Amino acid sequence: MTEKISEDQVKHVAELAKLKIDDDQLPYFTTQLDKIIGLFETLSEVDTDGVEPTSSVTDQVNVMREDIADNWHQRQALLDNAPDTQDGYIRVPTIIDESGSNE
Amino acid sequence: MNYFNQSLTSIHKQLVDKDISAEELTNQTLKNIKQVDGDINAFLTLDEDGALAQAKQLDENGIEPDNLLSGMPVAIKDNIVTKGLKTTAASKILENFTPIYDATAAAKMKKLGTIAVGKTNMDEFAMGGSTENSAFKITHNPWDKTKVPGGSSGGSAAAVAAGEVIAALGSDTGGSIRQPASFNGVVGMKPTYGRVSRWGLIAFGSSLDQIGPITRNVADNATLLNAIAGHDDHDLTSSTKEVPDFTSTLKKGVKGLRIGIPSEFMAQGLDDDVKKVVNETAETFKKLGATVDEVSLPHTKYGVAAYYIISSSEASSNLQRFDGIRYGRRAKNVKNLDDLYIKSRSEGFGDEVKRRIMLGTFSLSAGFYDAYFKKAAQVRTLMINDFTNVFKDFDLILAPTAPTPAYGIGEDVSDPMTMYMNDVLTLPVNLAGLPGMSVPAGFSKGLPVGVQLIGRPYDELTVYQAGNAFEQATDFAKQTPKMGGNN
Repeated sequence: MTEKISEDQVKHVAELAKLKIDDDQLPYFTTQLDKIIGLFETLSEVDTDGVEPTSSVTDQVNVMREDIADNWHQRQALLDNAPDTQDGYIRVPTIIDESGSNE
Repeated sequence: MNYFNQSLTSIHKQLVDKDISAEELTNQTLKNIKQVDGDINAFLTLDEDGALAQAKQLDENGIEPDNLLSGMPVAIKDNIVTKGLKTTAASKILENFTPIYDATAAAKMKKLGTIAVGKTNMDEFAMGGSTENSAFKITHNPWDKTKVPGGSSGGSAAAVAAGEVIAALGSDTGGSIRQPASFNGVVGMKPTYGRVSRWGLIAFGSSLDQIGPITRNVADNATLLNAIAGHDDHDLTSSTKEVPDFTSTLKKGVKGLRIGIPSEFMAQGLDDDVKKVVNETAETFKKLGATVDEVSLPHTKYGVAAYYIISSSEASSNLQRFDGIRYGRRAKNVKNLDDLYIKSRSEGFGDEVKRRIMLGTFSLSAGFYDAYFKKAAQVRTLMINDFTNVFKDFDLILAPTAPTPAYGIGEDVSDPMTMYMNDVLTLPVNLAGLPGMSVPAGFSKGLPVGVQLIGRPYDELTVYQAGNAFEQATDFAKQTPKMGGNN
């Protein structure tokens, strides 16, 4: 249905970004992203031969500092923000689930 | 206390003269917010106990007579972290997040004695231009409650416009301070990239983001920038350049100042009333002794594409940290770790944030990087060169802030492209890292219209100087909204 990005590509990009787009939402996102990527492509009109890309406009260059550990003494406050903790650690679910694809 | 017809100076005098204590002022501010904010919805979180405790302490220590910010209640956008005070960036994924430190800008303000009464609503992760992308509430424009307050700093701008606070901090990645300032008839400054530390600003587009002040007048704005500017070891992109006193040139006037209006900014798509306001502003500057000429920024029309590639790419990287492990929302009923990441993110992010993450991931992905991200970064260079050329012969750029006045709630959300095009006049300033300020400059059918003053890198002084001269010569900044008898 589209030219710039297909539903399969949107699914793939979502997977890369650790997002799940439900099947019934896929056409909606695909149509919108397609339109926006169409706008992105207008940049091909611009002659950028030999033009350096700009990744930052900071006036600072390669700022170095000592690598010194700093104890903020806020262990409990940090743990209070974690959704699941046990014995002063952050708990996570099984990392590898034999039964488990994500679908 | 509502803050209409007040300034930092006028309130400070009352505090110093002990006509009012910091505690009383804070109490009255909270009372006024409760009265007004039911209609405006500018605030996501109020910190009554914390604010009053801080105010009491300031009263005990004594208001500092030479410090305009001593004992001054303010509001802070909810993507600027505040120690012990819930900070959500208006996202469900952070709905229970309480930071353990203050952002540098917030810490500097606090150190000078400002009292943060609460956190303001915004588009989720600052992605949007109407504050309608908040996961929690819709903010209403105080001038017309059926209209949006702009965004993403819509809560901060509406809170100042509605007289709830005298000043607020916002953040601006592609216009998020200036456009809501325009929509709400207040003054909003996006400083030069690197002028203000981004430490503790929840990152969206790290090469574009800046924190800046939103106030009722130009002098107050300069005072606030004085407070938050300067190098910070926690943000290595923050500049080590000396920070001048931004209030020092306010009274200098604009005689001899060379102002350019980019013809591309006045082209089709610009609302007739907005165009008229810009032309009238130019006339005012001429009367005040400046010269005004047409200039050209030829790559303007490619700005939206370049900006949305770059900002979305940076966002897709920055927002990887939200995975439901250490803080934030964690999905239930997950099979394994990967499933936890995916479900937490898919449930926690709103549609616009998902769109940006996917656009960024796409633009950076193998096979597309050169055509999208690199190309956009090259076009960015050309846009910077355009500005550099203009600033060889001009001291300041005058332009409309937004193509239209505030539009209706619900009008724009269905089509992201329309929303993105609305940023066309503000985002070039972020791409080039320049200082830009929106000041109230007129009205269209009862709604405020702002104009943008854009300076050379690190030349906020000239921006404030011209802004103040204009403000003194006109009375737009003195107008206040009529909010159904609630104020």
